[in-house]
Amino acid sequence: MSVDRSRLPVPGPEPHFRFPRIVTRTLPNGLCVRTVEHRGLPVVTVVALVPAGAATDPADRPGLAALTGDMLDEGAGGRSALVLQEELSRIGASLDTEIGPDATILTLAVLSRFAERGLALLADIVQCPALDDHEFARLRELRVNRLTQLRDVPPSLADRAFSRLVFGAHPYGHLPMGSEPALLAMTADEVRAFHREAYDPRRTTLIAVGDATHDALFDLVAGRFAGWAPGPGEPAAPVVPDMVAPVVGPRFAIVARPGAPQSELRIGHVAAARQTPDYHALLVLNAVLGGQFVSRINMNLREHKGYTYGVRTTFDFRRGRGPFLLQTSVETQVTAPAVREALAELCAVRDSRPATPDEVALARASLTRGFPRSFETTEQVARAVAQLALYDLPDASLEQFVPSVNAVEPDDATRVAHAHLQPAEMTTVIVGDADVVVPSLRAEGFPEPQVVTVE
Amino acid sequence: MIRSKEQTVGEATGKGVGMDVPFTREVLDNGLHVIVHEDHRCPIVAVNLWYHVGSKNERPGRTGFAHLFEHLMFEGSEHHDTGYFQPLQEAGGQLNGSTNADRTNYWEVVPTSALETALWMESDRLGFLLPALTQAKFENQRDVVLNERRQNYENRPYGLAPMAILAALYPPDHPYHWLTIGVPEDLHASSLDEVRAFFAAYYHPGNASLVLAGDVDAARAADLARCYFGDIPAGPAVAPVAAPTVPLTGEHRWLLEDRVELPRVYIAWHTPGLFHADDAEMDLLADVLTSGKSSRLYRSLVYDQRIATEVAAIQNSREVSGVFQVIATAAPGRTLTELMTAMEVELARVTADGPTQDEVQRAQVQFEAQFVFGLQNVGGFGGKSDQLNAYNMFLGDPGWFDRDLARYGGATAAGVRAAASRYLTSGRVVLSIVPRGRIDLGVPDSTQVVLS
Repeated sequence: MSVDRSRLPVPGPEPHFRFPRIVTRTLPNGLCVRTVEHRGLPVVTVVALVPAGAATDPADRPGLAALTGDMLDEGAGGRSALVLQEELSRIGASLDTEIGPDATILTLAVLSRFAERGLALLADIVQCPALDDHEFARLRELRVNRLTQLRDVPPSLADRAFSRLVFGAHPYGHLPMGSEPALLAMTADEVRAFHREAYDPRRTTLIAVGDATHDALFDLVAGRFAGWAPGPGEPAAPVVPDMVAPVVGPRFAIVARPGAPQSELRIGHVAAARQTPDYHALLVLNAVLGGQFVSRINMNLREHKGYTYGVRTTFDFRRGRGPFLLQTSVETQVTAPAVREALAELCAVRDSRPATPDEVALARASLTRGFPRSFETTEQVARAVAQLALYDLPDASLEQFVPSVNAVEPDDATRVAHAHLQPAEMTTVIVGDADVVVPSLRAEGFPEPQVVTVE
Repeated sequence: MIRSKEQTVGEATGKGVGMDVPFTREVLDNGLHVIVHEDHRCPIVAVNLWYHVGSKNERPGRTGFAHLFEHLMFEGSEHHDTGYFQPLQEAGGQLNGSTNADRTNYWEVVPTSALETALWMESDRLGFLLPALTQAKFENQRDVVLNERRQNYENRPYGLAPMAILAALYPPDHPYHWLTIGVPEDLHASSLDEVRAFFAAYYHPGNASLVLAGDVDAARAADLARCYFGDIPAGPAVAPVAAPTVPLTGEHRWLLEDRVELPRVYIAWHTPGLFHADDAEMDLLADVLTSGKSSRLYRSLVYDQRIATEVAAIQNSREVSGVFQVIATAAPGRTLTELMTAMEVELARVTADGPTQDEVQRAQVQFEAQFVFGLQNVGGFGGKSDQLNAYNMFLGDPGWFDRDLARYGGATAAGVRAAASRYLTSGRVVLSIVPRGRIDLGVPDSTQVVLS
């Protein structure tokens, strides 16, 4: 059999996708438990979703939610920090604590034969962490030192400056790890109070996915979480930050990094929330614009110009309106032309070169045909279910994904580009060599960038 | 057609779960190894192709070439000369490639129905790359690679440390002396003719191994592989790279100034290569030293004394030989000498007495768990298809899952102690990275080096 090299094989029909059944039950204490059977390997993944993240931080305590999340496994259920860590490692458990803007998510992965022991540890970590003064002081010191180190990491500087300039005093205006002054002012009492308030069974969702039946997975969780007592009074509703009007700040800002061989760039503004009815159209638009390798901006800046190793754009969907942002790192000498090209592409997709039918077809196909591989592992499945809980989405939204994306037409992509992308209002943050970059921006006719610092 | 078909079934290791990764393997007439593994949990197939070439096949003056070449593999081939990503992303696929010192790999994860698209594309760039190659593509990707280097090494705190360590550990003509990303001058000096010669020498079926893993019928997948790859001509045999380890005598102290806030020290020793005797013991030792709060170095330096902000140990094993490293970053106001003193205590203790049985058991079960977690993915870096190719290329047997796990499960505290005392000797590299102008924070008597 010889190969016909005159044309590419045409892929067969789109794979039929069925998300596995999610079973949801609520314990008497108000804890929501969701289970999914996922067979194949002897692994169980359990996610605890606590809808309190960095946006819940008090205005003068940025970093409190993250420090609380980090404190959870520094001793719990009568075990010291060292003993707890040894017990986790003795069963090969992997525990990850992620603090995002809207939630704290704990992910425990264990071999099935250790699932009971793993759940016992997770239950203590969530319900009765020690949160003691000594571990608090130690962890806070590590945090402050980490912030010190991050002053030399360009992507971190760019992210912090961008969030602050775009969101201002809004709860999304700081990164989860907070700031040094706030950390130094924080007390262990504040951490304990935050835990009491935010970690409540009535607000928490436990998701168990693995090589077992729904009943067995449910029993695994219920056995360890049924005794978790709710706090007094009604549980606080998850914070949904107010929609904000664009912050009026500098459109161009530079964080000086003398002699840097590259400029780290962020360009964007406040855009849409996860609940937007334009969600699927925005995914398609982003895939055309900068969401994947073949997107316009990467093809232009990397494959045609050679300015960068890669560039991408993202709509960061959250409970409240999250940012649209373009991120890349470009050679210092070409910073100004790179910014010009990037902004030109952002304008073009709205006006002079709207998404073509071919581009939209490619974007739709890559999103829909690639969808099933997002659910290969227990962790992927558990995280998908956590997203449903976090953003108040119906279970059916997973099965609706493919038809919803396939319904997006080129006109829809253009419409949402007009609605959600305002290049004239975007903020550009550059972390780079100001001596080289500022004159070249001037030469390109850009406004004078404001020099900003990140503490 | 020569066919050597074999079938293996995993066995229990005696400890923990047995790894059952059944496969078929055949060697095509042109030398290509074709390995197929069925896994029907998800309607996807992983295509994973390894070439036994990496930066250790380069020569001084032309470093970075194998990796630059990998970039060119994505720029189109004779029958599809409009970019490699477009048809595969449109098919719902995910794809990437990577180069290290020993091998270059390329992979796609596609919906089952798009398997032929991926095979057509992979085989076209193996059989028909050069007719589509142009000076413009070459120069564009050289610029991209130079930006990759700026982003991941030059503009990253401590980013030049790996370069310094390899340069100090291996003599200049040793093929592990340089980083895979290469030296900018070398990249500028390379030419299109060299690309052609490199392709002819290394990119042919006899120097490659193809894995198809996922939602496929093994017989059909093998048929398709024969169909798409069977007509590509064989190439010249590739001789193994001679890379004798030159033992270090005494301690080599180097110092680099960098744009960092906190000084960091690296200690590096020569160790056994990937899958060699003692490789697993050194992996376990790294865990005992720095995995978790109660590990020896973390507990001493970060938890109890609070003189370091972080500490890590790693056995980085490669085909010919390995490097064991311990890395510690000083807390504000601390010197690297203080860190060295504290580390010496723990290193001497573990070398003399070995870890406890409990420490080794904890490390073993962690390896087992991470190993099993990794098997959940058929594709991508480190997924089952990548692992089948690693075993096939470096051990000649794709079915090494159980034995790999048994390397760790069968290790003993005495074995870890013996390996530690054998390799953590006085012949080592100590690299200090200090903030600019603060040489006083480094390890005394270090030779200051300048890299870029």
